[in-house]
Amino acid sequence: MKPILQIKHLSVYFTQYEQDRRFFSFQKRRIAAVKDLSLEIQPGQITAVVGASGSGKSLLAHSILGILPYNSHMEGEIRYDGEPLTEKRAKKLRGNEIFLIPQGVTYLDPLMKVGEQLRKGKKDPNTKQCCRMALERYGLGADVEEMYPFELSGGMARRVLIASAVTERPRLIIADEPTPGLDARAAKRILSHFRELADEGAGMLFITHDLELALSVADEVVVFYAGETIEKAKAKDFSDAANLRHPYTRALWHAMPEHGFRASEGTQPYAGNVRKGCPYAGQCSVCRELCRTKEQIPLIQYRSGEVRCLYPDEMR
Amino acid sequence: MKHRLGFAGKKLIRMALLLFGVSIVTFLLMCASPLDPLQTNVGQAALGTMSPEQIEKLETYWGVDTPPVERYLGWLLDVARGDFGTSLLYRQPVLTVIGDRLASSFWVILSAWVISGVLGLTMGVMAGASRGKWPDRLIRGYCLLISSTPAFWLAILLLLIFAVWLGWLPVGLSVPAGMDAAAVTAADRLRHAILPALTLSITGVANIALHTREKMIDVLESDYVLFARARGESEASVILRHGLRNVALPAITLQFASVSEIIGGSVLVEQVFSYPGLGQAAVTAGLGSDLPLLLGITVVTAAIVFAGNLIADLLYGAVDPKIRKGAARG
Repeated sequence: MKPILQIKHLSVYFTQYEQDRRFFSFQKRRIAAVKDLSLEIQPGQITAVVGASGSGKSLLAHSILGILPYNSHMEGEIRYDGEPLTEKRAKKLRGNEIFLIPQGVTYLDPLMKVGEQLRKGKKDPNTKQCCRMALERYGLGADVEEMYPFELSGGMARRVLIASAVTERPRLIIADEPTPGLDARAAKRILSHFRELADEGAGMLFITHDLELALSVADEVVVFYAGETIEKAKAKDFSDAANLRHPYTRALWHAMPEHGFRASEGTQPYAGNVRKGCPYAGQCSVCRELCRTKEQIPLIQYRSGEVRCLYPDEMR
Repeated sequence: MKHRLGFAGKKLIRMALLLFGVSIVTFLLMCASPLDPLQTNVGQAALGTMSPEQIEKLETYWGVDTPPVERYLGWLLDVARGDFGTSLLYRQPVLTVIGDRLASSFWVILSAWVISGVLGLTMGVMAGASRGKWPDRLIRGYCLLISSTPAFWLAILLLLIFAVWLGWLPVGLSVPAGMDAAAVTAADRLRHAILPALTLSITGVANIALHTREKMIDVLESDYVLFARARGESEASVILRHGLRNVALPAITLQFASVSEIIGGSVLVEQVFSYPGLGQAAVTAGLGSDLPLLLGITVVTAAIVFAGNLIADLLYGAVDPKIRKGAARG
C-alpha cells in the first residue's frame, strides 16, 4: 500500500540570539529542535511517536501542518499521498484531509460556542449536518453545540476535540498528547476511538510520552530522544527487551511497571546543547569514544527496524 | 438578572462612598489652602477701605470662625438638597455653571472618546496581527511618539498649523467671537469643536492601540489560535473571528477607563483653545479661588469617571459568557 505520509530527514531549526563573550554583542545561533527525522505512515495504521517532554514531538506535528512558529526553519522532505507537502498544499489540506487532535480544552476559543467553532464560520445546512453527526458519533448532543468551552467537562472537551477531526473525511490524523489528565479507563476509550478512525482508513500519528499507552494501540513505534529519532520498531517488538535495538528504548522498556519499574540515571539533554555525537551518550552504559566524537550518528536498518546507534548489539 | 441588579446596587453604594471621600479630601485640601474667604469674596482693594466693625460683620457673615467640620456638614446637607452653592466668579449656582460647561464639552469629549476608541482598537489589532512587519513598526512608532508628547504642546502645534498657517479652523472659543447667540449655527459649533476633539483623539489613541496590540499578540500565540490554524482557518478568519472576539473584553475595560484620561486631558486642551468647557471652568475656578465651583467640578467629574468604570463592569457581565452564564446559574 502507498504510504499516506512520508517524512525524510526532517530537521526543524530555531534561530536564537545568544550573548557573545564580548559585551553587547549577540550571535545568531541555529538550534536544531528536531534532527534528521524519518518516518512513514500507511493508511489504516497508527504510528506512535514516543518521547519525553521537550524532545520536539509537538514540533513534528506543527511542521506537518505547516504551522511552525515564525522564528523556525524546516529542512528535509515531507510527502503526503506521494506528493511533496508544500506550505501551500498543507494550507489547503489541513482541516480538510489532515487533522490535528490537540491536548485539551485550551485549544478551544474560550469565547466561542462549540458548534460555531467546529463549523469554522460556515453556516450552510450541509456543514451544520456534518458537525451534528461528528458530535453525535461521540455521544455529544445538540445542547453541546450551544455550550462554551468552560462548560465542558474534561472528558467532554476531549470528545469535542476528536469530533472536530471527523467533520470531514480524515485521511491523516495527528493526535498530539491527546490523553493527559485522563484516568486509564478514559484514556483507553479515547484510544479505541483512534483505532476506529484508523480502521476506517485514516493514517494516524499518535504523539505521546506514555509508552504503555502507545503500545496498547499503535502498530509501529518511533522513539524520540532530544529531537532525534533513535529507534523505529514494531509494537510487537516490545514483547521482549531482546528484540529492541537502542539502549534508550531498552531503558524505557525496563522502566515499565510490568518489567521491573527500573528508572535509569540522568536526564535528556536540551536539544540545543547536543552539537555532536550521540545525544544519549551521557546516559548510555555502553558508550564508546566514537559515540561522542562522530559528527552525526546515522539511522541504520537493523533487524527489520531502524536504529540510530553505532553498536546496537553491545547491550546483550 | 437578580444577581446583576445586586451587583449594580453594590457598585452604586460604593460610588456614593467614593464621592463622599473625594469631597472630604477636596474640602480638607481647600481648608489647608491659604485662601481667605473675605479676600476672595470681597476683594483686597475693598477690604482695605473697610472699618474693623464692617470686617467683623462680614467675617460672621462668611463664617470665618465656624469649624471646618461644621462647614463641611453644612455643604453636605445643601448638596443632599441639590444645592452646590453659588460660584463666585460666574455669580450663578454651581450646578448651572457645571451643566452649561458640560453641555459644551460633551460633544468634544464624546467624539474624542469614540474616535480614539475605534481608531485605537483598529490600529492595535492591525499592529498585533502584523507583528514585526512595517504596519506594526509604523503604528508602534506613532504611539510611542504621541505617548511622549504632552497634550497641550500637541494642541498648540495643531493650532499653529490648522488655525494660524492654513487658516482652515478657528483659533479658539466654542462659537465665533462677537456673533449674536441666536445667529450661531450648529456648523459653527462643529468647526470650533474639531481641533480640541482632534487633539484629544490623537493622544487617546496611543494608549489604547498599544494595549490592544499586546493583547492581540497574546491571542495570536494562544493554543486556540494554533488549533484554528491547524483546522485550516484562514489568517483573516483567525484575526476576525478569534482575535477580535478575545480582544473585545479587555478593550471594553480600556475604553471606559480612558474616560478619565480624556476628561483629564480636556482640562489642558480646553485651556489652550480657550474652549469654554468643563475643563476650562476647572482651571478658572482653581486660579480664581472659586471654591464652591472647584468642589462641585471635582465631585461631578469623579462621578462621571466612576460611571464609566461601572458601565464597563456591567457590560463585561453582558459580554463575557463565563460571567453571564455563571450568573444565570448561581
